[in-house]
Amino acid sequence: MTATDEKPGTDEMIVPKFDEGTDRKLCIICSKGTLDMAYPGMVLGNAALMEGIEVHIFFTFWGLDIINKKTMEHLKVTPVGNTAMHMPQALSPLPGVASFATHMMKKQIEELGVPPIDEFLQQIADAGGHMYGCKMSADMMKLTTDDLFDGVEGIISATDFIELSEGAQIIFV
Amino acid sequence: MATVNVAGHDIDVNEEGFLTNPAQWDEEVAVQLAEQIGIDELTDDHWKVIKFLRADYADQGETAQLRRTSTMSGVGTKELYVLFPKKPAKKMAYVAGLPKPKGCV
Repeated sequence: MTATDEKPGTDEMIVPKFDEGTDRKLCIICSKGTLDMAYPGMVLGNAALMEGIEVHIFFTFWGLDIINKKTMEHLKVTPVGNTAMHMPQALSPLPGVASFATHMMKKQIEELGVPPIDEFLQQIADAGGHMYGCKMSADMMKLTTDDLFDGVEGIISATDFIELSEGAQIIFV
Repeated sequence: MATVNVAGHDIDVNEEGFLTNPAQWDEEVAVQLAEQIGIDELTDDHWKVIKFLRADYADQGETAQLRRTSTMSGVGTKELYVLFPKKPAKKMAYVAGLPKPKGCV
């Protein structure tokens, strides 16, 4: 708090407490590679960075698709088995339905001013977010760091992740 | 909520300290608001961001969030975190005399 200039008729100065809550650490595990399940981790991680919080994102199993250069721009959303999309389930596996749903979702995301996945990853990297691929998943899919988005710091093991998440809050997506 | 004296002007602020009337803001106010949150000097890049936010608010009626600012002001994400450390979106809105941004990204 800064003292006011003591001018008559004015109240004591109020300064926002921007430093409050910035000593937190957040770890997010992204385990799914569909478009609809990629965004929650990105949005929350980015929001935490904007709040001055240290963020580590661990991409495991299908979550690797989010940072795989070959797949990151082609993530899809499927209505199959997803009742939240409110369409008759018998129609959901028909050809073209998943493409249409993906197209619609991408359009809605863009209209909200939310970036596509590759730009979102760059924004997180630019904000100082730490991103890692999971070693076991990368080995299964025969991927190396060269296959992953450049802002990814490396491929680390599950035990590495447990070590670095000490004292952190963890979100599993 | 409260009326405080900033750079010789009486300014209305909310309970957190954000200006509630953007029209009471001027560049002298910005300089003092910045000092209060630890930004001792407003550089040309700071002003570029502040002026973008002011113009965008006048146009859109809401404060630009970080993504919009980084893509439209000409100052990128990395730089915004350097200019307004830790909480760039809130800090730049505060210095620009605007409400806290409401968007998520």
